[in-house]
Amino acid sequence: MRIEKLVTALMIVLVLLLAGCKSDEASSDSDEVTITYWQYTFPAKVEEIARLIEKFEEENPGIKVEAQDFPYDQYNDKITAAMHANKAPDILNIYYGWIPNFVKLDYIQPIPEDFMSTEEIEDYYLPMIQTSKFDDKYYTLPTAVRSLALFWNKELFEEAGLDPEQPPVTWDELVDNGIKTTIRDGDRYEQAGFAWNISAQGQHVIPQVLLRQYGIEPYSEDQLTVQWNEKPQGVDAFKFWIDMTTDHKIGDADFMDTPVTSFSSGRTAMVIDGSFNISAYKENADFDWGVTTLPVLEEGGLESNFGSYWTNAITKDVSGEKLEAVQKFLEFLISEETQRDWLENVGELPAAASLAEDEDIKSDPIYAVFLEGLEVAHATPFVHEEKERDIVINAVEKVTLHNTDVEEAFNQMVEELQEVRDEFYDD
Amino acid sequence: MLTKRVKISNIFVHLFLWIGIVFVAFPFLWMILSSFKSLPDFYQFGLLPEKLDISSYKYIFAETEYVRWYANSFLIAVTVTITNLLFCGLIGYTFAKFDFKGKRIWFVVILSTMMIPTEMLVIPWYVISSELNWIDSYWGIMFPGIIEAFGVFLMRQFFSGVPNDTLDAARIDGMGEFRIWWKIAMPQVKAALSALGILTFLGNWNAYLWPVIVTTTSDMRTLPVGISLYGTSDAGGIQWNTIMGMSTLAVVPMIIVFLIFQTRIVEGISLTGGK
Amino acid sequence: MGQKNKAGFFSRIPMKLKTRQAIIAYLFLFIPILFFVGIRISPTLYAFSMSFTVRGEIGYTIENYVKLVSDEEFIRSIVNTLLYFIITVPIQLAIGLIIALAIERVNHFKWFYRIMFFLPYMTSIVAVSWVWRLMYDPHNGVLNQVLKFLHLPQQDWLSDPKQALLSVSAMLIWQMIGFSMLIFLAGLKGIPQQFYDAAKIDGASKWKMFWKITFPLLNPTIVFLTVIGAIQTLQIFTQIANLTGGSSGSLGGPLNSTSSIAVYMYKTGFREYNLEYASAITVVLFVLILIVTLIQLKVLNRSYEL
Repeated sequence: MRIEKLVTALMIVLVLLLAGCKSDEASSDSDEVTITYWQYTFPAKVEEIARLIEKFEEENPGIKVEAQDFPYDQYNDKITAAMHANKAPDILNIYYGWIPNFVKLDYIQPIPEDFMSTEEIEDYYLPMIQTSKFDDKYYTLPTAVRSLALFWNKELFEEAGLDPEQPPVTWDELVDNGIKTTIRDGDRYEQAGFAWNISAQGQHVIPQVLLRQYGIEPYSEDQLTVQWNEKPQGVDAFKFWIDMTTDHKIGDADFMDTPVTSFSSGRTAMVIDGSFNISAYKENADFDWGVTTLPVLEEGGLESNFGSYWTNAITKDVSGEKLEAVQKFLEFLISEETQRDWLENVGELPAAASLAEDEDIKSDPIYAVFLEGLEVAHATPFVHEEKERDIVINAVEKVTLHNTDVEEAFNQMVEELQEVRDEFYDD
Repeated sequence: MLTKRVKISNIFVHLFLWIGIVFVAFPFLWMILSSFKSLPDFYQFGLLPEKLDISSYKYIFAETEYVRWYANSFLIAVTVTITNLLFCGLIGYTFAKFDFKGKRIWFVVILSTMMIPTEMLVIPWYVISSELNWIDSYWGIMFPGIIEAFGVFLMRQFFSGVPNDTLDAARIDGMGEFRIWWKIAMPQVKAALSALGILTFLGNWNAYLWPVIVTTTSDMRTLPVGISLYGTSDAGGIQWNTIMGMSTLAVVPMIIVFLIFQTRIVEGISLTGGK
Repeated sequence: MGQKNKAGFFSRIPMKLKTRQAIIAYLFLFIPILFFVGIRISPTLYAFSMSFTVRGEIGYTIENYVKLVSDEEFIRSIVNTLLYFIITVPIQLAIGLIIALAIERVNHFKWFYRIMFFLPYMTSIVAVSWVWRLMYDPHNGVLNQVLKFLHLPQQDWLSDPKQALLSVSAMLIWQMIGFSMLIFLAGLKGIPQQFYDAAKIDGASKWKMFWKITFPLLNPTIVFLTVIGAIQTLQIFTQIANLTGGSSGSLGGPLNSTSSIAVYMYKTGFREYNLEYASAITVVLFVLILIVTLIQLKVLNRSYEL
C-alpha cells in the first residue's frame, strides 16, 4: 500500500501549493491605489527605483507603487506575454527605439495632453528626445539620457611613447594613436589600439557621428527617408569606420569578446562607449584611464554624438484613478530633483534641458565630458531597432568577412534600411 | 596470462577516459577558478586567479537572494521529478505493454508535444496562468512540466525490453493491473527511472525561459532566473565573477542527486522479476 | 485499496482480453491525456491558427507561408538546423556509447568517471558559454594558443562564417556527451548478463559479442537517443543565443551563419514583434521535426512496432 500513501501525499502537496501560493492577493486598503512599474534588471536602476518609490509613497500616502524587474534578454518576451494576457503593468520603462512598435501594437497610450502637452514636453526636455515624437504625439517621458565618449588607457599610451594626457582630438589622430598602441602577431592581436566594433556602439557612431561630420543628415526631417547615401561622402564615412579594422588594423570586433571586457582587461588602448558603462569601467578597469569627447574630422570641426535613453510609457488600459496615480508618479520620476538623484546613483545624465548647464554636474570631470556630448547628440529615429541593427551589422560583416565591395554593401544596406521604414509606415 | 592482458587493457581504458576528462572538464574547471577572482583579475582572462578572492561569494550571500532562489529551485525540481517518475512510468508502461486502439496515434501525439519550441508555448501558458491566477506561484512555474513527453518516451523504450512472462504470471496470480505495474514492472526499469530522475531534476533545476516569464517578484525566482539577472545587460557591464560563483554553487546539488541516483543505475535490474 | 477491487471487477465480467486491455490502458492514460491536451496541444493549435493570420487584418490567410518560401534568411536557418542535426547527433551518440562502454569495462572509479563526463550537461549554459567564447577568441583564446604552440595555422572560430556553425556544434557535442552516456549506461544495464555468459561459453570474441548482443539489444536506447537528439537539436536555441548573442554580438551571426529555425523564430516573434510570422515558422519547424522523427522511428525501430 506504499503507493497509495505516496500518491496521497503528493496530492496534498500539490493542493497545498495551489492554495498556498496565491493567497495574499487582495490585502490592500480600498482607498489605496496600487500601480506597477516594470523595468529590466540593471542593478543600479533597480536599487534607485526602490529608493525613489519609498520617497514617493511617503509624499503620496494614497498611492502604492510596485516595481518589478526582469532580465534584459527576456524583457521583451515578458512584455509580449503580459500584453497578450491583458496583465500589463501600468508603467513600462522601455528603450526609446521600441516606441514606434509599441504604439503600433497598441501597447502604450499617448501622454495625456492635460498632464503634459507636446509644447511643455519640448520645452522641458533636451531637443534630442524629439526624435521619439510619433504621430505628432509623445508616448513616453524619460528621466535620464545617455551619450558617448572616448575612453583611453593612459598606461598603454605611455608605453607606446604617447602623451598619456593627450587623447586624440581628430579621427586621424585616433587611427594614428591606434596604430601606435596596437601590438600584433601576424593577423592576431596581442593588444588593440581601439575597441573597434559594429554591434556595440559602432552601429551608432557611423550614422550619428561620422555621417554627420561628413556632411550628411542621416534621416529626412519627416523621418521617412534614409539619406545615408544622399551624397558620395556617405560611403566615405562608412568606409572610414571599416578601414580602421581592415586597413589600419587598430582593432577587431572579436578581440576579447566585448568592448567593455577588452578595454577593462587593459589590453585595448581606446574605446567609444556610453555613460551607462562608467560604473562598469570604474569597477573593472584596474589602471589609469581618462574620458574625452568623441573625435572630430579636423580640429574645430563639427562635433556630433549619439544620444539614447530609456523612457517611461503608460500602458494602453490605464485610466481613471490609476491614470491619476500614474501621472503623479511620472511627474515625480521626471522631476529635476529625481534626475539629479538618478545621475548620482545610476550615472545616467539628466534629460531636462535646464540641467544641461548645471554647474554642479559640470564640476565632475567625467560627467562634464558626457554632458558636452549631449549638447550635440542625436537619437536615431528607429522604427524597428532590432532589424535595423541587424542590417547595419550584416553590411559591415559582408565587407570584413566576405570581402564584398564597400560601396555595394553600403548601398544595399541603405536600401534595406529604407525598406524596413517603408514597410513600417505602409500599414 | 589472461589476467595480465586484462589488466594492461584496463590501464589503456583508464588512460582513454582520463584524456576524455581533460577535454570535458576544462571549461568547467575554468568556471570554478573564475569564481575565485576579483573583477579586474577576471578580465585578465587567465586560467588561474592571480590572488584567491572570495568577494564574489561574499556578494552572493550578502547582497543577493541566492539562498531563497536555491530553495525555490530545489522544491520545484524535487516535486516535478516525483510527478514525472510516477506519471511517465505509468504512461510508458501502458504504451509498451498494452494493446489498444489509438495507441499509435496517442503516442505520436504525446511525442509531438516535444516538437514545439518553448518560446512559442510561453504566451499561451502565460494566458492560462493569468486566467487561473497562477502567475508568480510555485504551481505556475511547475505546471507545464508535471509530465514530460520525454520521460514517457524514455520509459516506453525501457519497458519494451521487459519480458512479458513475469507480468503474465502475476496476472494469472490474480494481481491487479495497477499493482502489477508498481510491484512487478517498475522494479525492472530502475536503471531507466534513475536516469529519468537525474534528467528531470536537472532539466528543472536549470529551467529558465518559463520561470523567467511566469515569475514577477524576487521571492519566487528560481536559480537560473536569479543568475541571469547578473548576466544580461543592454550595455555589457556584467559581473562575471558573480555569475561564475553562482553557477559553481548551482552544480553542487546536481552532483549529489547524481550520486544518489547513479548507484541505482549501477545496481541494474534484477532479472528474477517480482518474486 | 481500490486497485484490487477494480482488477477483480474487470476479471469477473467476461470480456475479450483486448477490450479489457483497452479499458485499463485508457484508465491509466486518462489524466495524462487531459494534461497534454490542455497544456501542450491546445497552445500548439493556438500557434497554428495564429500562423494563418496577419496583424491588423481580419480572417485567415496563407500570406505568412507565401512570404516564408522566398525568405532567404529562413531558408538559411533551415539548412543550418539540418546541419546541426547531421553533425552533432551521430557524434554525440558515438562518443557517448564509447565512453559508456569504457566506463562499464573498468573496475575502479566508475562513479568518478560517470560524474566527470556528465558535468558539462549539468552546468549552467550562461556561465559555460562565456568560457567557450573566450576559448574561441581568435586572438588570444586557448584554442589558438594551442594551435600556435603546435605550429598549426590559427583559426577564426566563431567569427568566421564558415567555421561558426562547427564551433557551435562542438560545444553542443561537448554538452550532450554526458546525456548520451547516461542513457547508454542505463541501456547497457538492461542487457541480461546470461546472454554474455552463453556467448562466452560459445567462445565468442569481445568484438563479436558487441555486434551480436550489445548493439542489437541497445536498439531501444539508440532509437530513443536519435529521436530525442533530433527533437532537441532541431529546436536548438539557447546555446546559439549564448555563444553568438548579447549586447555586443548578433544573435545567429556572423552573417546568419549560425542561425537556426528556432533562433529565427525567436527573432521575428520577440525582437521584431511579428508573432504571426513566428507562428508560421514554428509550424514549419514542427512539421520538419515530425517528419524526421517518424522516419527515424520507421527506419530504426526493428524489433518494436509502433
